[in-house]
Amino acid sequence: MNAVFYIAAAVAVVSTVMVVTRANAVYALMYLIVSLLSVALIFFVLGAPFIAALEVIIYAGAIMVLFVFTIMMLNLGPKAVHQESQWLSGRMWIGPSILVAVLIGEMLYVLWGGEHPVEGRHIVEPREVSLALFGPYIMIVELSSMLLLGGLVAAYHLGRRVRGDVKEPKS
Amino acid sequence: MMATVPTEYGMLLAALLFGIGLVGLLVRRNVIFMLMCTEIMLNAAGLAFVVAGSRWHQPDGQIMFIIIVTMAGAEVAVGLALILRFYHLFKTLDADAADTMKG
Repeated sequence: MNAVFYIAAAVAVVSTVMVVTRANAVYALMYLIVSLLSVALIFFVLGAPFIAALEVIIYAGAIMVLFVFTIMMLNLGPKAVHQESQWLSGRMWIGPSILVAVLIGEMLYVLWGGEHPVEGRHIVEPREVSLALFGPYIMIVELSSMLLLGGLVAAYHLGRRVRGDVKEPKS
Repeated sequence: MMATVPTEYGMLLAALLFGIGLVGLLVRRNVIFMLMCTEIMLNAAGLAFVVAGSRWHQPDGQIMFIIIVTMAGAEVAVGLALILRFYHLFKTLDADAADTMKG
């Protein structure tokens, strides 16, 4: 089972290096999603299935969608259309597709392979996490709610249109 | 702990990812890339917490990861709003465009 960890770790490192070295933000985002998915697989192998699900849902899902929306909002104009047609060419998908294919292979192996995925390792169940989170760590939950409220208010305040700003292009 | 991954390797991977994110943060000048590298570093820190939590079979590491995810969500919301404002002000994403203060 260690092989699954090592392969996923290699995929994570390679895709993270690709994130840092890409020139185009959308390409980098593709590799970043691959990196997060491979880290989620590592979490699963380490015996934290709840955290693996959270990583996929929140990190690779919600936060990356925010990034994609922002990048798309910033790229307005005819140049963006040209870029868009380039993205449809399929050449840019090769790298992330290979890495994701490796992850899919590992997932199929974990699902249908002979041995149990996390054999010999203690699995920390979601039940234990929840009991600790709403028991001794209840103050953390309260603080997180305040942090999220602060983030919401700050994002709303910063996202407002201010009249003193530079004129925005009519859209 | 027979057939399991050594804790050192998990920590090494976390350190490696954190280092890549740090180098990217220092090298890149595009604010979107800088925010992405911050995400990589936060993720690596969370990985270190989960590896440590799995080493001692305690749920505390996973709780720390939940906190980190919450913080990353709030940070990304504020950071992306700042990037939008930055782009409207300077018409560029180069972080060096904002290297002078008003005072």
